[in-house]
Amino acid sequence: MNQNNISIEAVNLTKVYSRGSEKIRAVNDVSLRINRGDFISIIGPSGSGKTTLINLLGFLDNPTSGELRLGERAIFNHGKHLSERELTKIRREIYGYIFQNFYLIPTLTVMENVMLPLTFYMKPGTEDEAVKLLKLLGMEHRKDHLPGQISGGEMQRVAIARAMVNRPEILLADEPTGNLDTKRSGEIVEVLKGLNRSVGLTIIMVTHNPELARCAARMFEMRDGQISEIDRKSP
Amino acid sequence: MITKFQVAYKNLQRKRTRSLLTLVGIALSAWVLVSLLGFNQGYEKALNQDIDNMGFELMIMAKGCPYEAATLMLKGGTGLKYIGESIMEDIAKEPEVDKAFPMLMSAVFDPNKGQSGGIAGYFGVDAKSFSELKPSLKFRQGKWFTSTDTYEAVMGYEAAELEQREVGDMILMPEKNVEFKVVGILERTGTQDDGTIFVPLKTLQKIFNRPNELTTIGIKLKKGVDSARFEEKLYKLPDVQVVSLAQVKDTIMKLISTAKVMVLSIASIAILIAMVGVINTILMSVHERFQEIGILKTIGAMPWDIFKLIWIETLILCAIGGILGIGLALILSKVTGILIRYVMPYAPSGGLVLIDLRLVLVTMAAILCIGLLSGLYPAWKAGRIRPLEAIRSEVAR
Repeated sequence: MNQNNISIEAVNLTKVYSRGSEKIRAVNDVSLRINRGDFISIIGPSGSGKTTLINLLGFLDNPTSGELRLGERAIFNHGKHLSERELTKIRREIYGYIFQNFYLIPTLTVMENVMLPLTFYMKPGTEDEAVKLLKLLGMEHRKDHLPGQISGGEMQRVAIARAMVNRPEILLADEPTGNLDTKRSGEIVEVLKGLNRSVGLTIIMVTHNPELARCAARMFEMRDGQISEIDRKSP
Repeated sequence: MITKFQVAYKNLQRKRTRSLLTLVGIALSAWVLVSLLGFNQGYEKALNQDIDNMGFELMIMAKGCPYEAATLMLKGGTGLKYIGESIMEDIAKEPEVDKAFPMLMSAVFDPNKGQSGGIAGYFGVDAKSFSELKPSLKFRQGKWFTSTDTYEAVMGYEAAELEQREVGDMILMPEKNVEFKVVGILERTGTQDDGTIFVPLKTLQKIFNRPNELTTIGIKLKKGVDSARFEEKLYKLPDVQVVSLAQVKDTIMKLISTAKVMVLSIASIAILIAMVGVINTILMSVHERFQEIGILKTIGAMPWDIFKLIWIETLILCAIGGILGIGLALILSKVTGILIRYVMPYAPSGGLVLIDLRLVLVTMAAILCIGLLSGLYPAWKAGRIRPLEAIRSEVAR
């Protein structure tokens, strides 16, 4: 495989938490390669380590051991890691994050929420991105509404627009449909699929809903901190 | 593009009651602070003006308590001790003296004054020298009496209003049963002159059986004369007390300085309480938005961005609170002056609370500095929130 095509690569990634004297291996020796433009889903029961893994892949947490590379750049290498400042710079340059609880600022309008990341950091040429995204996500007519005036599905669309406003290369979605009904969940996944297809966005989605997980091009299952890819071709 | 200021301002609207209460706390502190500083400079200015209005730099009276002398001079009370008129001639001969003014103050009990009677003050003066002493005195009606021994009177504005007298009317001096013809009524001066009845010096000496006696001699010095040195010279005169206006001012300022220190201490405590209120409000806001701040960091905010955001919130609160407090102090400065006048043992005439642009700017700067200090800890704490902690707390939910 062409090295330039690799987005994130994890080798023997391990995260151990201490709970009193007990050691919990939340992520246990995980090796994973995600290519540019991949749409992958990670499923698994509660406590299987999928959220810990997505936090490691999103540079929000440091692994206990193993290696994590972004393209050709080593981010974590057997205990050595970049400073928090460096990690923040990479995060805002490369990643977009969406969460189950949306986390929109209730006093800001839809448009202001989408533009919020630009207050802290703005990639060149992203000035009109908020308007374009709201249009793309069918939320243009709601741009002056406050989050309390729109539905859950619409709030997640706004959160997606906010995550996308700085044109990230990778979108991390942790249970993006966890607070939505089946219909709205389907719509959100369709939105993510559309973004993956139209702009070649790499998407890593954590969900416990197997039906939604099947919408991704590649599926992984986490169990007891270990990961395995589900072969989609097998019956 | 949305600015950090807009984000901070809109966030304060999230808990309106809490923000409003914090604002009230800051506004009240600013009000106390600006009123106090305004009183500090207003009182001194009014006192200087009162002393300037007297028209002389030194005053001579019979030996006694200097505080009594100061009160006598400023409030127009009655001096119970007298000095001989002959001293006047000795003083007038001194080369340093520009002019000397003889005065006799007397008081009688007027049963018709107020609800249960009161003291009516009479001021025996020489019309010619007194008008030179106080050129600022203007007549509403009439003019000064024609000689030093007639039964004519000039009434201060308030005295005439109280007695309902006009030029040509007669007034009766209670106790002595002597009648005076009103020949002049003064315009309002805002000083103790407003409540005084001026009569010719010789006439008053005769009525009170004090021939050739005075209560006070006012001395106006020539320009450039060292008043302290001349004061020393005057002490060679027998049985006299010399009071300089600088001395009087100093004495009064010392008297009120204790009260000022106390009020300043109370104001400092009020500011401290407001500061704690601001820290509490912002800390609570940071605590409530723990997850949100973490999420802001995942979407690109650096610790310094979060620090600024929280600091701006504190500054907005302090700036609005400060403006409200200063506005309140400006609007209520007259009421504050009346309240201070009510509790102070001596208050000069004129506005007691003087709030000028310099004071407004100094107070505003002080409040903003306090705001910046108050915001330091919450802003630092917010800046240290790690995105992962926020996400974990979400999981904990």
